[in-house]
Amino acid sequence: MDEISELNSGLDALESGTDKNDRNILLRNAFRLYPIISALVIISIWQLVVTFSHIPNYKLPTPLQVFDSLHRESSQGALWGAIRTSVTRGAIGFFFAIAIATPVGLLLGLDRRFRAVFRPILVGLQQLPSVAWVPAAVIWFGLSPVTIYAVIMLGAVPSIANGLISGIDQMPPIVTKVADVMHANQWQKIRYFILPSAWVGYLAGLEQGWAFAWRSLMAAELIAVSPSLGIGVGQLLDIGRQLGDMSLVVGSIIVIMVIGITIEKIIFSPIRNRAYRNRGLAI
Amino acid sequence: MPNNLVSAETEVDSALSLIGVSKTFRSTEGKILDNINLDVKTGEFLSIVGASGCGKSTLLNIICGLDKDYQGTATKAVPSTLMFQDSALLPWLSVLQNVVLPMQLQGRPKAERTEIAKDLLTRMDLRNVFDKKPHELSGGMRQRVAIARALAQESKMILMDEPFGALDAITRDVLHDELSKVWSENKLTVVFVTHNVREAVRLGQRVILMSSRPGTFIKEWVVDMPEPRRIDTTAVAQMASEITDELRKEIRRHG
Repeated sequence: MDEISELNSGLDALESGTDKNDRNILLRNAFRLYPIISALVIISIWQLVVTFSHIPNYKLPTPLQVFDSLHRESSQGALWGAIRTSVTRGAIGFFFAIAIATPVGLLLGLDRRFRAVFRPILVGLQQLPSVAWVPAAVIWFGLSPVTIYAVIMLGAVPSIANGLISGIDQMPPIVTKVADVMHANQWQKIRYFILPSAWVGYLAGLEQGWAFAWRSLMAAELIAVSPSLGIGVGQLLDIGRQLGDMSLVVGSIIVIMVIGITIEKIIFSPIRNRAYRNRGLAI
Repeated sequence: MPNNLVSAETEVDSALSLIGVSKTFRSTEGKILDNINLDVKTGEFLSIVGASGCGKSTLLNIICGLDKDYQGTATKAVPSTLMFQDSALLPWLSVLQNVVLPMQLQGRPKAERTEIAKDLLTRMDLRNVFDKKPHELSGGMRQRVAIARALAQESKMILMDEPFGALDAITRDVLHDELSKVWSENKLTVVFVTHNVREAVRLGQRVILMSSRPGTFIKEWVVDMPEPRRIDTTAVAQMASEITDELRKEIRRHG
């Protein structure tokens, strides 16, 4: 090693911090148990309200009744079928939404004129609750899966596109400068510089887009009830309402939330954490 | 040596030549660059110093081809790349991927570009951080990665816009040695822009002083000192104080 190398390695050693991840594994992962604690707290409060208030049982069932009702539906197979139907629909609709929103967001993010013309439409669509589209979609497409997919896409596309646009807006100017210095062509600029730089914003848009897609799907399933559409979780909730079965109604609501949380936890959260960690952003 | 012989030689070996380059920003009233004439020889290390507002960065952007909106002519004999004060590494790529990227854009085969990148990083004493992300490195390490990335682009001319401005004095000092070594080993042409007069003398074979608003070349010094040089020698200090006097004269003019 020559002198410069020795100096470099000395400086590097002095400047690199000591490892801070030396705490106990159990302590470090304890926070993962917090959601269970919060669920237990909510269920306890719920039980206390049922026990000490005079709300009749047909309006507010006990946690156990709701559990029984869900258990009954699941042993008859209806619950899992409904979950599978809804999640599949949601996923298909969401992927179509991504396929449409991504080029739209890219175009509006990169071209000022396009943005001036179309951004207001996108903002307007985002303000509109997608339930509002259900009656129109039923008239256009009938009681068919197309209606459901159309409503999901109208719910998700604006969020995804807007997320990508704001990701592009937050891109540091130096990124495109580096691309120019490296003589990247237009396609390379988008592929290797703009998209990765906008990824965090795009991801936030995808997450919000999924939440909107899932909500829109539930709304569509609640309103568009027909044997031709099969039974999703939304329809299950509606069956509960028709039968006056409050346990099933509450149970369905819980299922809808749990599915939302699960998908956030197993799909979006790891991708987001990875993106943040890679960029040195705080988690 | 007869003068005409030298000038004939420089013309043949010219890496960069600017003739009457001026630039006016439409938004502001004044000229930012005024009638810049410059000839940089192949393999030369040129330092440019000046106070804020002398248009140093604008000048580098013009030389690099990022800025095409100017008067006069700029001719480059060799392709160039630009290094910034901020290392400008892409934060989502690992150290290795950052160095691989310019070769990837040029369409070099995968095995080849990885090998070259590893070799360049090893030469910059960064053997152990291939898979680290830029945010995990110190400022000095990041600038060494940036140098490796600039070399990976295979440009024979590197333009540097205060690349060590944000570093502490000790790290900067070692990077000076490193840069001198890289420059002579790779037979690079370097145009190095800085606020730091001593740094300019330490590194450059020639130092040009620029005025501010508009930016013009005021005076030029030839640094006839052998490498390896040190920033704390009397000879460097003497020339630096001479240049600083001129620089202060120029700054007072604006008061």
